[in-house]
Amino acid sequence: MLAMNYRGPKRVRIDHKPIPEILHPEDAIVRVIRSCICGSDLHLYNGNVPDTRVGSTFGHEFVGIVEEIGEDVQKLKVGDKVIVPFNISCGRCAFCKQELYGNCHEANSQATAVGAIYGYSHTAGGYNGGQAEYVRVPYADVGPTVLPEGMDWDDAVMLTDVVPTGYQAAEMAGIQKGDTVVVFGAGPIGIMAAKCSWLFGAGRVIVIDKEEYRLEFARNYSQCEAYNFEEMDDPVVFIKKTTDWLGADVCIDAVGAEAAGNVLQTITGRKLLLQAGSATALHWAINSVKKGGIVSIVGVYGPTDNLVPIGNVLNKGLTIRANQASVKRLLPRLIDHVQKGIINPKLLITHRVPLEEVADAYRMFSEKLDNCIKPVLIPPSANM
Amino acid sequence: MEEQAKDYSHINGWGIDADPKNDPTYPMKHRTNEEHKGYTWERPPQQPITMEVLHSIERPNVSAVFGTAMPPSGLSGMIRRFAFKYSENSYLHWLPLLVADRVNVVEGLIEDVAGGKVPNIFSEKGYSADWDHNRSGLAVRAAVGAAVVGAIVLMCAGEKNRKKWFYQLMDR
Repeated sequence: MLAMNYRGPKRVRIDHKPIPEILHPEDAIVRVIRSCICGSDLHLYNGNVPDTRVGSTFGHEFVGIVEEIGEDVQKLKVGDKVIVPFNISCGRCAFCKQELYGNCHEANSQATAVGAIYGYSHTAGGYNGGQAEYVRVPYADVGPTVLPEGMDWDDAVMLTDVVPTGYQAAEMAGIQKGDTVVVFGAGPIGIMAAKCSWLFGAGRVIVIDKEEYRLEFARNYSQCEAYNFEEMDDPVVFIKKTTDWLGADVCIDAVGAEAAGNVLQTITGRKLLLQAGSATALHWAINSVKKGGIVSIVGVYGPTDNLVPIGNVLNKGLTIRANQASVKRLLPRLIDHVQKGIINPKLLITHRVPLEEVADAYRMFSEKLDNCIKPVLIPPSANM
Repeated sequence: MEEQAKDYSHINGWGIDADPKNDPTYPMKHRTNEEHKGYTWERPPQQPITMEVLHSIERPNVSAVFGTAMPPSGLSGMIRRFAFKYSENSYLHWLPLLVADRVNVVEGLIEDVAGGKVPNIFSEKGYSADWDHNRSGLAVRAAVGAAVVGAIVLMCAGEKNRKKWFYQLMDR
């Protein structure tokens, strides 16, 4: 089969690999129909995530058709069209039982702090991902959800990560009616978090980024205010001024390790790897939020550590909430929102690229070429 | 929970103000306090361990299922094995893993060449996307790269060769 093959920082290619096999009685093999490149894949692509091994296949956002099932799989059958959450979860451990499906304890040996994620380094379990024609899907009765009648593949693939993560960012923020919400980052997750903030009753939603085309997209799609931090002297002062000098009720970090905007953070976090990425967006979130406010983090950072103004968290009495999205928990509600037209996720897809051109797609997304917001890879076998 | 209350019976007022609704993880966590029982749940069947699987020393075992993408091998594998002697709390875990990743890149190049494949760096870096959408940026990058390579070649060439090249250039 064709599969993306990581060769080193900023180097990927398409290669032939063996079709995955059933390795556990609860496995399924899924033929991929759509697979996205996620902003967090860029942390791997740039070589910033420890234990990213050469030869791995990335891709944790994919949907497809069940080709084969293990002997203990009961809910899925061959031919089912499935949405596969990006996190792998057993459904039985203490964490899964409490709906913390992003924190399963029975799918990742290599890091107890990290749940298992498809195609996201050995630190996240060492699974090959969905930027390929076929994927092995463990615990097939737990994670995958059968595609509802009438839902198209493009909407479905956005339900594997982008929609749940954006939604959970707003959910974790504990937004109350009338709250002012500031979202740092106008990537797909930030745009979705801004959109979903309204669903919780936000009174005002502001997005901050530096890419004008993304800000324009956010204004239209998320119906929010959007501002370019490169046109400000200081984004924190800007937020203070625009909130009557008190700060936002809620700030959401939807950027993570690749943040721009602070030279020291960029050099130490992104160039020298002395930190687990640049924590600029998190700085701004902590410093822009109101005293007693809430900071919600869905931007991904590495597993080591970051320079953050923890003293301000204490002095301002902030609540910080963060997690990988619990996709399985959220899917029923979000599928309903999509079917009712409350959320239209496929509008975020700007590029549909053949899997064979995966290297170009990574480059385009990484360098924000051609006004790219969300690239989707389509394997040749998708049309079989 | 009752047992825990008994355990803390010597503490006056223990749990008196507990309010499950005041849970900062709500609604992210459907609180059942399962983890209070420890690592006691009925584990899924174990995936047969037919290859080397490194596991964090912060857990006693290999998880019931695990990824099989790239088992540790070569020099990078040796470094990874060293890293996994230390906990996720230690730099001696994460920094060697980053070093191993870089060593692994060189191993990948050697493997390619040994297998008769010369990596197409231009293609692997996706520069044709730049050619389509950012041609001026690509040209600047190429010029800077050529200048750096030229400077390195000049620095590496001996004084004698530098003079020879200079005079040849002047003769033209």
